[in-house]
Amino acid sequence: MNDIVKDYFPLVVFIAVAVVIALPLMIAPFVIAYKKPDPEKLSAYECGFNAFDDARMKFDVRFYLVAILFIIFDLEVSFLFPWAVAFGDVGVFGFWSMMVFLAVLTIGFIYEWKKGALEWD
Amino acid sequence: MIAAVFFYLFASICVASAFMVIAARNPVHSVLFLILTFVNAAGLFVLMGAEFLAMILVVVYVGAVAVLFLFVVMMLDVDFVELRQGVLNYLPIGALVGLVVLVELLLVLGGWAIGENVTAAITAPIPPAADVSNTAALGALLYTRYVYFFQAAGVVLLVAMIGAIVLTLRHKPYVRRQSIAEQNARSKASQLSVKQVRSGEGLSQGLQ
Repeated sequence: MNDIVKDYFPLVVFIAVAVVIALPLMIAPFVIAYKKPDPEKLSAYECGFNAFDDARMKFDVRFYLVAILFIIFDLEVSFLFPWAVAFGDVGVFGFWSMMVFLAVLTIGFIYEWKKGALEWD
Repeated sequence: MIAAVFFYLFASICVASAFMVIAARNPVHSVLFLILTFVNAAGLFVLMGAEFLAMILVVVYVGAVAVLFLFVVMMLDVDFVELRQGVLNYLPIGALVGLVVLVELLLVLGGWAIGENVTAAITAPIPPAADVSNTAALGALLYTRYVYFFQAAGVVLLVAMIGAIVLTLRHKPYVRRQSIAEQNARSKASQLSVKQVRSGEGLSQGLQ
């Protein structure tokens, strides 16, 4: 357990340095910035107009499709890492079990390609 | 000692931000607290020596699943005033569902029994972390001993992929897409022709 803490100690140092630099820069404006609130500062510009609608409009569902297809192939690749590391140990059976896994996901890949899910319009 | 300090740091932030996920008013803030929970859970994994799981947690959950949750939250178009109005109407059915889940959890905990091969599994020799890395230990078991779970994971991913396409893919009609095969199949003979034009007559429409 202590070995791991020792291995990751540089990371802790980096995060601590980042916090020490970032936090004062975030907090300092609240303390030392010149404040003089005025309702005119928040209103629309002289030649502008008030907003027609809320800025939080609905998101296009196509972004969701792109994101979920990305996650699926992300997971597929993450399964490849332990397989590659233990490639010498898993033997022929382990090799073919990964090939079947990849084949199943390739079926899905061909399906989405043929359906045109990778195209935007 | 120092490992215990980090454990309590990660665990307390993890529990606090998990509480904030359900306590935050704004769903986008909930998702951001969820990301904080994931990062701290990754820290706990690192402390346990499960480095591969920690990095996968950061890559997959923080990098992808949290973004997906953000998309879903932004897609829902939540209007809070409207939501608050319906609270009392949906309270009885919500309470009923919560009660059913609570009873199920109690039944699961009450009927807890230790399987007969658990003793064999926990007394099986675990290679020390210094000899075998976490990634190699996972790889040695996942693709051979737990092959059915591995293949089931592949099928679940396939179902997720096809389900997402079936549910969300709507093509706009009348969009002209590029067809590379069709482009390449065009030949000079089928597209070009030489016309003899007599002086002063020009080309009539039919000749073109």
